[in-house]
Amino acid sequence: MSLALFRDVIADAAARRAPLRLRGGGSKDFFGNEPRGALLDTRSYAGVVDYEPAELVVTARCGTPLAELERILDEQGQCLPFEPPHFGAATLGGCIASGLSGPRRMSAGALRDFVLGVKLIDGRARELDFGGRVMKNVAGYDVSRLAAGSLGTLGLIAEASLKVLPRPEHELSLAFAFAEAEAIEAMNRWAGQPLPLSASAWREGALQVRLAGAEPAVRAAASRLGGEPLADAGAFWRGVREHSDAFFAGAQPLWRLAVPSTTPPLGLAGRQLIEWGGALRWLRSDAAADEVRAAAKRAGGHATLFRAPDKAPGAFAPLDEVLMRLHRALKAEFDPAGILNPGRLYAGL
Amino acid sequence: MGEVLSPVAENRSRQREVAAALRAFLPQRAVLFDEEDTRPYECDGLTAYRQLPMVVALPESEAQVQRVLATCAAMGVPVVPRGAGTGLSGGALPPGDGVLLSMAKFMRVLRVDPLARVAVVQPGVRNAAISEAAAPFGLYYAPDPSSQIACTIGGNVAENSGGVHCLKYGLTVHNVLAVRGFTAEGEAIRVGSAAPDAPGYDLLALTIGSEGMLCVVTEVTVKLLPKPQCARVVMASFDDVEKAGAAVAAVIGAGIIPAGLEMMDRPATRAAEEFVHAGYDVDAAAILLCESDGSAEEVGHEIARVEAVLKAAGATRCTVSRDEAERLRFWSGRKAAFPAVGRISPDYYCMDGTIPRRRLGEILRFIGELEKKYRLRCPNVFHAGDGNLHPLILFDAANADELDRTERFATEVLEKCVAVGGTITGEHGVGVEKINQMCAQFRAAELEAFFGVKRAFDPRGLLNPGKAVPTLARCAEYRRMHVHGGELPHRELPRF
Repeated sequence: MSLALFRDVIADAAARRAPLRLRGGGSKDFFGNEPRGALLDTRSYAGVVDYEPAELVVTARCGTPLAELERILDEQGQCLPFEPPHFGAATLGGCIASGLSGPRRMSAGALRDFVLGVKLIDGRARELDFGGRVMKNVAGYDVSRLAAGSLGTLGLIAEASLKVLPRPEHELSLAFAFAEAEAIEAMNRWAGQPLPLSASAWREGALQVRLAGAEPAVRAAASRLGGEPLADAGAFWRGVREHSDAFFAGAQPLWRLAVPSTTPPLGLAGRQLIEWGGALRWLRSDAAADEVRAAAKRAGGHATLFRAPDKAPGAFAPLDEVLMRLHRALKAEFDPAGILNPGRLYAGL
Repeated sequence: MGEVLSPVAENRSRQREVAAALRAFLPQRAVLFDEEDTRPYECDGLTAYRQLPMVVALPESEAQVQRVLATCAAMGVPVVPRGAGTGLSGGALPPGDGVLLSMAKFMRVLRVDPLARVAVVQPGVRNAAISEAAAPFGLYYAPDPSSQIACTIGGNVAENSGGVHCLKYGLTVHNVLAVRGFTAEGEAIRVGSAAPDAPGYDLLALTIGSEGMLCVVTEVTVKLLPKPQCARVVMASFDDVEKAGAAVAAVIGAGIIPAGLEMMDRPATRAAEEFVHAGYDVDAAAILLCESDGSAEEVGHEIARVEAVLKAAGATRCTVSRDEAERLRFWSGRKAAFPAVGRISPDYYCMDGTIPRRRLGEILRFIGELEKKYRLRCPNVFHAGDGNLHPLILFDAANADELDRTERFATEVLEKCVAVGGTITGEHGVGVEKINQMCAQFRAAELEAFFGVKRAFDPRGLLNPGKAVPTLARCAEYRRMHVHGGELPHRELPRF
């Protein structure tokens, strides 16, 4: 598949106003509202375009398997610092379109923080290059970051440049017996101190914390924090990142509540796994969508229906009227025929 | 490069009409239109461009900002927001037929939440004042543009400002969690949130760095970080500028992300040393300043690694700051580089291109050739870790020919930045200053997409019109002018 072919397919679909479903490895088919439209498979447009480790930048095509990209970085002692979840045979394009970050987001930043540039084929079949391959770039509006997390509704992300970082020199994980409120308080208190915190996860009365950085700094922090060394830490964090942890098993609806990190326990029915120093609360619950969304909103956050047999309540928290109008206006500029992943993010987009 | 635009408003009656409409809800002293009152607003930090605004409005509440915008929208009057006016690209150049909206009265730190590590501030709060308010809690706001004692967070949001610690701590876009404000029509909007990953499109990223063209920001929520326990800086001398450039790549290649990594060439080092006596090696062809911060253990460990890498890369001298006073002294020269250069020349012109680090040597050679070609000196200071260059062309604005040569010199440098895979602006913004060079960086399709983004937020184009994104007609003209190998025809035409 070539860029010209992508453009032809999109131009043809736009002319016919026929929806297209942009898809890489399909590992996140479950994410967002139900996909619809004729399949446009991006996997054949693959490969690393440019990678110079000393520049801390990698540019790759959308169909590049995320696992392959991470292996190439790993060979040079580097990584994607936001630890994106794969959830299967993920591609780079889908990774960026979904905008999901993993456990290390609390310390390293979100996926969008590492997006430096994208090549987009928008709904008008225009090939557009935004941003670039350098760390600092303020020429023009930041459309690259707009594309991150847009679920392909503004354009096909054909190529992306990401900032990468050296792999942490040393990691060490600790476990603490804490109740929920105690864990939330401790995570926030620690995060306000100059400690090399990298990730945190609380569930069922146990708080797991990962430290990362220079070995002497990690050791000094570990002796200050106390706790018990976490056995098989690699597997534990993989389980949190990839949702292979037992918490995520089963068919009960999985909610993803993003709240200010200091939000006290939400008191919703169900089981929780709390990440990102208290700011991300995974909830397994049969509670009514309205109830979950209202609790998140009261706290100053929002709730995403992440995995569920029935997404009728809408995958994402509704936007206010002005924001929704801006969303529609942006969609109309980039995809006037409304053919790219329609409805995947919000109805009417 | 610069120009003084035509004096305000032949149409005095329009001026009176707009001022009267604003005075219906703003106190008299908050609506200025007499020339002696509006004169201080005629330019921002890019003083080569001046324009008296038709009217200046100084609201002090969100409700007043809303009414200024709604009133101007109803009357079809352009509005240009302004913070402290320290911007270097003319982003706050006023409209001769519109309202300059000064946010200077929004000076309050509304809330510092030490446990959540956020501060909620008004846009007129100075960048440094945020860190001052957070200091009692052992926290600080990371982005530190060199103008941080004067520039305001509202302007930082508009420009996506950086500083000397971006490589490790990011730009404004990485450190702002949410903004509140109004669209050009006066509708309240709230983008981003104190909770991560706000739903929908990332309008926060779009707003940050939009140069005041999408909305007017009235409240900013920023992320605060724990203040590192200690910091030390290595100062290294090199007998060759390209070796210094290679040393930068070697540090990063070794897996080290320093808190700051700056480079100055000999002319810049000498100017700074004469000005502030920072203890620089004035015989070195270039010096590097490499800072490490964190816990004492971390810093000790990292500094040792940095020193080893720099020595292996050919550093002729390496000095590590022994205490905080010495660290600040080493930095004082770098931070005073611009004023120091200002002392050795009647005027200087600061560029802001960014390049892939590996092309540093090539760009430096190119700048050296241009110094000969245009018979102008050009000391260089770089945020080397980010590949962000600030070459400073020395000239005398009173000499029209020098001004003209300076403009052509700068244009060649920025176009070279684009040619090697970089950008025309790393942190200062496009504004009016680099609007032509946007034509070199983007094709018609991207420029049209930028206009699309603008239309989505501001369909009538009333907010900060004419900045940051050139029209296709302007680019056609620009490209045509460049057909003749650097020699610009039509010298009588105004050129921005």
